[in-house]
Amino acid sequence: MPNTITALTMPKFGLAMTEGKLASWTAKVGQSVQQGDELADIETTKITSSYESPAAGVLRKQVAQAGETLPVGALIGVLADADTPDVDIEAFIKNFHADTPADATATPEANSGEPKLVTVGEHTLNVRDVGTQAGTPLVLVHGFGGDISNWLLTQDALAADRRVIAFDLPGHGASSKNVGTGTLTFLAGVVSDLLQTLKIEKAHIVGHSLGGGIALTLLRDHPDQVASLNLLAPAGLGKDVNADFISAFVESESSRDMKAVLQMLVYNKALVGRRMVDAVLRARRLDGARDALRVIAKACFPNGHQVDDLRPVLAGGAAPTQIFWGKEDEILSVSNASGLPQMIPVKVFEETGHLPQLERATDVNTAIATFVKDPEAALSMARMDATA
Amino acid sequence: MSVQISREALLRAYRSMRTIRVFEERLHVEFATGEIPGFVHLYCGEEASAVGVCANLTDNDTIASTHRGHGHCIAKGVEVGGMMAEIYGRHTGVCRGKGGSMHIADLSKGMLGANGIVGGGPPLICGAALSHKTLKDNGVAVAFFGDGASNEGTTLESMNLASVWHLPAVFVLEDNGYGEATGAAYACAGTQKDRAAGFGLPYFACAGDDFFEVYETARNAIDHARSGKGPVMLHVQLSRWYGHFEGDAMTYRKAGEVAAQKKDHDCLKKFRARAVAENLLPEGDMDEIDAAVADEVESAVVTAKQAPWPQDKDLMADVYARY
Amino acid sequence: MAKKSFRQAINEALRQEMRRDPRVILMGEDIAGGRGGSAGITDAWGGVLGVTKGLWEEFGDDRVLDTPISEASYIGAAAGAAATGLRPVAELMFVDFVGCCLDQIMNQAAKFRYMFGGKATTPLVIRAMYGGGFSAAAQHSQALYPLFTHIPGLKVVIPSSPYEAKGLLIEAIRDNDPVIFLENKVMYDDEEDVPDEAYAIPFGEANVTREGDDVTIVAIGRMVNMANAAADELEKQGIGCTVIDPRTTSPLDEETILESVSETGRLVVVDEASPRCNMACDISALVAEKAFFSLKAPIRRVVPPHTPVPFSTPLEKLYMPDATKIAAAVRSITSSQKQKVA
Ligand SMILES: Cc1ncc(C[n+]2csc(CCOP(=O)(O)OP(=O)(O)O)c2C)c(N)n1
Ligand SMILES: [Mg+2]
Repeated sequence: MPNTITALTMPKFGLAMTEGKLASWTAKVGQSVQQGDELADIETTKITSSYESPAAGVLRKQVAQAGETLPVGALIGVLADADTPDVDIEAFIKNFHADTPADATATPEANSGEPKLVTVGEHTLNVRDVGTQAGTPLVLVHGFGGDISNWLLTQDALAADRRVIAFDLPGHGASSKNVGTGTLTFLAGVVSDLLQTLKIEKAHIVGHSLGGGIALTLLRDHPDQVASLNLLAPAGLGKDVNADFISAFVESESSRDMKAVLQMLVYNKALVGRRMVDAVLRARRLDGARDALRVIAKACFPNGHQVDDLRPVLAGGAAPTQIFWGKEDEILSVSNASGLPQMIPVKVFEETGHLPQLERATDVNTAIATFVKDPEAALSMARMDATA
Repeated sequence: MSVQISREALLRAYRSMRTIRVFEERLHVEFATGEIPGFVHLYCGEEASAVGVCANLTDNDTIASTHRGHGHCIAKGVEVGGMMAEIYGRHTGVCRGKGGSMHIADLSKGMLGANGIVGGGPPLICGAALSHKTLKDNGVAVAFFGDGASNEGTTLESMNLASVWHLPAVFVLEDNGYGEATGAAYACAGTQKDRAAGFGLPYFACAGDDFFEVYETARNAIDHARSGKGPVMLHVQLSRWYGHFEGDAMTYRKAGEVAAQKKDHDCLKKFRARAVAENLLPEGDMDEIDAAVADEVESAVVTAKQAPWPQDKDLMADVYARY
Repeated sequence: MAKKSFRQAINEALRQEMRRDPRVILMGEDIAGGRGGSAGITDAWGGVLGVTKGLWEEFGDDRVLDTPISEASYIGAAAGAAATGLRPVAELMFVDFVGCCLDQIMNQAAKFRYMFGGKATTPLVIRAMYGGGFSAAAQHSQALYPLFTHIPGLKVVIPSSPYEAKGLLIEAIRDNDPVIFLENKVMYDDEEDVPDEAYAIPFGEANVTREGDDVTIVAIGRMVNMANAAADELEKQGIGCTVIDPRTTSPLDEETILESVSETGRLVVVDEASPRCNMACDISALVAEKAFFSLKAPIRRVVPPHTPVPFSTPLEKLYMPDATKIAAAVRSITSSQKQKVA
């Protein structure tokens, strides 16, 4: 009688099963078993069950090891008579083709640049921390209703010679939704706490829109923590804000409505795609997100008026500052940039809306990089340009 | 209790039970290879119920089965090769591959179908019983249903209807103590005996691990219905040996419960023991049946695996529509 | 944010809503499982496909109720409880079992609010699995959402991904009307990023999953993935498709569909429900009625044939709509020679 070799394959328990994990072998190599005897424990997403021997014989080889996950039908072991030569067993394994072959093991995902949740007092903030440790770190503060994705084209570009940190403000993105009083003072306090938590003594602050107002407030309340300011269409420098935008940006529920709202943010309306709309809607839908924005909107710009006047902060020259604005900004008018102290360079971009860091990414990045490398030098260069 | 059953009938019954056992155990192994699509519910451990009841029936009588239907099919004479091919989804299957394990039917054998809907059978059986009664063909209609199905409105309404219409209907409650993972101890209020009484049905009960007991009790129950005295309930106590469906690890059952059932309540072992002790059948005959059944099931599997798949044109066969 | 399966997303939605609101209760067959079993273990199953696993452990007997196999009575009980202060989520397991309890849904729960002059609310959710592709055969594979969509008073939700499932289920639980929530059984192990926080996706707001200028494809439930795959393939060949996932067939976001067709001028509807009186018919009628003059080509429906779902694997494959069939339908109305198709 010829020797029979039986393939032991990953069994299918239940019709939803496509793969299983070999939890453990219950039979040892060399052990002889009867049909129906338990050979191994198999774990699926739903159940753990025992794998029973499909035939009688000796367990000659455990091909799969405990802990391995394999598709249904993959070879996990070999059963044969005691006197079947080893070479035959090896040849059998070599020639065995599972119906659904086990694919190459997935490479573990590189997790550099993955945002992490950081506890800051009573807040949990979503923080993306990239770059080397050498220069003075740079912190990016996004605007009202935004999140770290606003810095998609900014963060990594600035990370060549310093640590660059982007984070979701309270009430935004994946951060917790408690925004306290919702005032600039409160939010600047959170940024100050975040810097301490991250053990950053002093940082260059880049602030956009509401984040610009937060940056200015941080400079006012915690001047020691601020090395310089780069402000993109910042709040706090004028009286008005587009009230229709604020309420629609918070309340819109459909993609169509939200798309129209987001188009107000940019000059080139084609920039607003399905994914961008979807991402904003996803953020809004989180429990507490809309309430948080309502609180901030009410505290910072009720009825289209800006509560905080932060021009005095700039008057003192407490930190080197430069400002960017889009000429076609529909949210905070470029006229907010006029009448500022002479020493503050203001770059106004043509054909640009409220998001210069996206619409003029290269220009903005270059200007910020040069500025933070040596703020004083950058300022005197700017002055020379202005007088020329 | 003396046995009133012919030698041929006994041999047939043994063969049926053995066929069910081997068929189901083989499916247990084959399902694990991933080759069998869909749901499979095995009847192992319950063989004496289907066979003990159906040994009192002819092709002229009707049965309705459940999702756990292979045993009822085999006991009612549905051909094993056609069943296996059906379970493999082949064109040669009894339903041309369109039904699968849960929908095996063969009306030529009075087998009104396994059923994917719990409680789907009892109303149908009222209708079948009405046919038998109206056509005066002396047939009875038998609804197999589980303890779980005993809580469906359709089941309870059917017992009432059968009673109101005085139908030749037999309600065979196959009580294996579980509906899926939930125990009958939790899910079934009152007693089944009282439920039968509530509808005016005579109540018959027996243990399901002993073919002889099921056969005798079923005969009395079926005779009652056949003789025009109205519907009855037959309550069979059983245990299922595998999970609810293939893939169920049965964590809700005490360790050793199934092993004990297999050891002490195996209907085939009991049958053999009694057949030999009382000299009803020679061991050799049963050995021959065992060998023949093993061959039959083996060849059913081999044939099914090689059988042709349905063709594209079969998709639109047996419907009235062309779209 | 972590990758979660369709199954986990649903489980998480149930768990978070049960934590938030003590009136939310679950009932269904084996949703814990093991009750009355000899091992004395409850939560042995967590539903036939493990979706409710672990909820009994957290919320206990009063809030996770295993039922006898008695759909008419427990679905009806859920409706009654909803009308009197609880917010039940009842699991019907396979939607095909609705045959056993349709009255309680159709004539009872669906009618209360309107028939009682607006004086009743029925915050009821009925969860069930639907769909083919599993060889589960004729009685366990149907896509019966047109049946519910037909009944005024019911809301009908068909999530197309794990993210959608969580947000739509939370919305369903918070909604004050009876909601039928249908889960495609083939999708339980599909994974994607799903926020840990609770979030609700409003009903009646379609989701646009692809943008293109040439053809509008409206697809339901699992068919959205197939439509996306077809759209990605067609894009390589220079045919741009907008794919719309209505999310809810009741209420239906008519505007998004009409607006898109007015831009593309072509419509393909993909629906795995039986072809007569299904969503493909309904949406085609909508467009024929309200966007007729935008149409540059006949409307195409990608639907199964008018047969029960066959068991055998090759027949079921032939039966089901898929990406290849969708792409073929799109090509049939975009390649200029074929514009005159009958
Ligand atoms: C109407 C309906 N409800 C639920 C199910 C799911 N289901 C299939 S079998 C089963 C358990 C049936 O238990 P029982 O009647 O005791 O039969 P057993 O499985 O024990 O043979 C259930 C709940 C179904 N198929 N049909
Ligand atoms: Mg049972």
